[in-house]
Amino acid sequence: MTDLRAARSVRIDVPAFLQVAGVYLAIFVLLAFNLMFTPNFATVTNLRLQLVQVAPVAIVAIGMALVIATEGIDLSVGSTMAVAAALLPLYLGYSVWVAVALALTAGVLVGLVNGSLIAFAGMQPIIATLGLLVAGRGLALVFADGRLTELFDPTLDTLGNASVFGVPISVLLVLVVTVAAGVAVYRTAFGRRLLATGGNRAAATLAGLPVKRTLVTVYVLSGLLAAVAGVLTTARQGASDPSFVGLLIELSAITAVVVGGTPLSGGRVRILGTLMGALLMQLIIATVIQQNLPDSTARMIQASIIVAAVYLQRGRRAP
Amino acid sequence: MTFAAIEVRSVHKHFAGVRALDDVSLSLHAGEVHALVGENGAGKSTLIKIMTGVQRPDGGDLSYQGRPVSFTRPRDAQAAGISTIYQEVNLVPLRSVAANLFLGREPVNRFGLIDYRRMHRAAAGILARYGIAVDVRSRLGELGLGVQQMIAVARALSMNARVIIMDEPTSSLEPREVDLLLGVVAMLRDQQVAVLYVTHKLDEVFRACDRVTVLRDGRVAHSGPVAGTTRLRLVAAMLGRDIDQVRRHGATTFGDEQRDTTGAPLLRAEALSRRPVLDDVSVDVHAGEVVGLAGLLGSGRTETAKAVFGVDPLDSGSIRIGGRRARRWSPAAAIRAGLGMVPEDRKAEGVIADLSVRDNIVLAALPRITVGGFLSKRRQAALVDTFVKRLQIKISHPGQKVRELSGGNQQKVLLARMLCLHPKVLILDEPTRGIDIGAKAEIQALIDELAGLGIGVLLISSELEEVVEGADRVLVLRDGAVVGTFRGDEVTEDRIMRTIAVASNEAAAAKDDDD
Repeated sequence: MTDLRAARSVRIDVPAFLQVAGVYLAIFVLLAFNLMFTPNFATVTNLRLQLVQVAPVAIVAIGMALVIATEGIDLSVGSTMAVAAALLPLYLGYSVWVAVALALTAGVLVGLVNGSLIAFAGMQPIIATLGLLVAGRGLALVFADGRLTELFDPTLDTLGNASVFGVPISVLLVLVVTVAAGVAVYRTAFGRRLLATGGNRAAATLAGLPVKRTLVTVYVLSGLLAAVAGVLTTARQGASDPSFVGLLIELSAITAVVVGGTPLSGGRVRILGTLMGALLMQLIIATVIQQNLPDSTARMIQASIIVAAVYLQRGRRAP
Repeated sequence: MTFAAIEVRSVHKHFAGVRALDDVSLSLHAGEVHALVGENGAGKSTLIKIMTGVQRPDGGDLSYQGRPVSFTRPRDAQAAGISTIYQEVNLVPLRSVAANLFLGREPVNRFGLIDYRRMHRAAAGILARYGIAVDVRSRLGELGLGVQQMIAVARALSMNARVIIMDEPTSSLEPREVDLLLGVVAMLRDQQVAVLYVTHKLDEVFRACDRVTVLRDGRVAHSGPVAGTTRLRLVAAMLGRDIDQVRRHGATTFGDEQRDTTGAPLLRAEALSRRPVLDDVSVDVHAGEVVGLAGLLGSGRTETAKAVFGVDPLDSGSIRIGGRRARRWSPAAAIRAGLGMVPEDRKAEGVIADLSVRDNIVLAALPRITVGGFLSKRRQAALVDTFVKRLQIKISHPGQKVRELSGGNQQKVLLARMLCLHPKVLILDEPTRGIDIGAKAEIQALIDELAGLGIGVLLISSELEEVVEGADRVLVLRDGAVVGTFRGDEVTEDRIMRTIAVASNEAAAAKDDDD
């Protein structure tokens, strides 16, 4: 009898375990596979390329994770990247720092609009941010006159392509953002308010928490991080391309968050898991490309992983 | 009439070890309106769900039109002729009245398309029969809730319903709409339909019903013809009291010292109004005083608490804390002013289940345990440790998730959350509902202790015993208004029950209600 019960409890724990550790397990399996079968996988050049490529998605995904922890969603991140990218060439003439500061400010403003629509006007996050998904890209194209602009700025080039002690600056930026988000969530009052708001909004309100302020802050952070990703992508490409920068990145970011073990139902968040989720998606693409499989295969594998991740969360939530 | 239209016999139902229904029998006859009354958690909804095939009983029989039946899903019960009218009408608000009447069985023409002309004509005929004067083409959602409910009834009748279950149909209706609806109920009786009328309004029981069954804690506390009973008897049954032996001291752990409550009140709420739930309610709480709010479900107890704490906006009225008038009132402002509230619905409004005991306790006190925005682990641990010990919260470690705790320990976590703010006035809405006897006694003793420390307590409870023994002063609410105030020795279960039982229009004739 005791054995039976123990066996059952172990079986119930499998989805819970996979939800938390599945992403690490999958990365491990993919790494092992590539080390064995992919020639030139374990080279510094290749690993570095993978990390540099994942940086913008990882940064956006961290912001998305915070939003999702409040039971929200931010669809406007890709357009925010485009707005930031479009603003850069306009103000590069003054100074690169002015241009970057303005680009980041634009991200904050987009977040303020999103957050206000959601917190004060009571709009559903998916609708409010859908509005800015459409409007933001349009605005970016107006700023840029619909054109790709090549940029020749040494500082931007350094930001996008240089390394410190062999680690690309963009990768360092990802690490800084991840650590900062981790500290914010687990060590600050803001993190507590965030989880309480996402876990039970009525209870958070009755406990006297500034629920609306917390919501606005979260969308502002998401907008700011999206703008950072926009600047980073532009710097790496050496060109501002508002038509295509960040296109569909909201989907990759949401995928990374969900695969990383953060439930869409709010109240819980995994920062490191989100980073790992982004890495996993990048690894899948890299593996498929290096095995000379069609791109469509990568998409189908990604889709299967998303469905599996969401299924595992569903299993976890059932009482 | 030899057999009942629908009958349940000795039905039992358990949920995860909690008894929802225990040996409940009820029979409903054609041409009879049967009232089902009881407080929250008495088992009314479970009984309805069993009668309509939403849930299956663990034991007992169900028979319909004299034959034993076993509904496996709601559709079976509907097909057999049992219809339920919910308080929130579950029709499609954006479609027309006619479309709703014929939802799922629209008349079609020979091309298989909906025949709107025929549908509108038939719909108009149905509505005319029940005296409902609306355009069948208008959108359902544009009509008043009362009319919507009558259309739901008309829909049920046009589907040949033999049994109609009405679940608190008047709870959000205006008085005029209530009159109309009760008229429809009388018409149903004339047409030999069996009606189960679930309500907590005694007025309606006496106005519209033939028989009445009272549920209390999953058992039948009273059942019989309405004509042979009194309001007082029903109230006593609902509250689980025996009217013949109202004891002064029962199972609670409240002390009985009298407290000095002269001087200026800590909390003074004046003329709170919020249509249609609160009507000119005033309440004062002095330092060290426990003020009880008594009344049946829906009488305005919780609404008063929420208004005082700034949860719901007010139409009019004023709130003063320590003499200072409240402005821009919200729970956050109330907490800053020195109020604390433990809400009625622990799960929906209280605990944050995914967070730890530690995080839940310090939630409202975050500003006090942070240094420059960062949580001070030392201050947090000290606070949590103090209150876990003081309230004897049983946990394995402070990082344990709140969802893993028993109801009583969850309640203590919520009390700790408010107590670590050192409130001047604490509002406790049903602080002992649904928790085990041990935790209940501890919480009652704690309320006493807090009052002894000079905290003012506003205590809401549907357990009369708790209010009578715990409170120094009791306000009795009915229909959102204060209908009686008792202090000191005047506070007795008998007096409170009589005050609750008096009908709003018979306040003067209260004496006639005696047995």
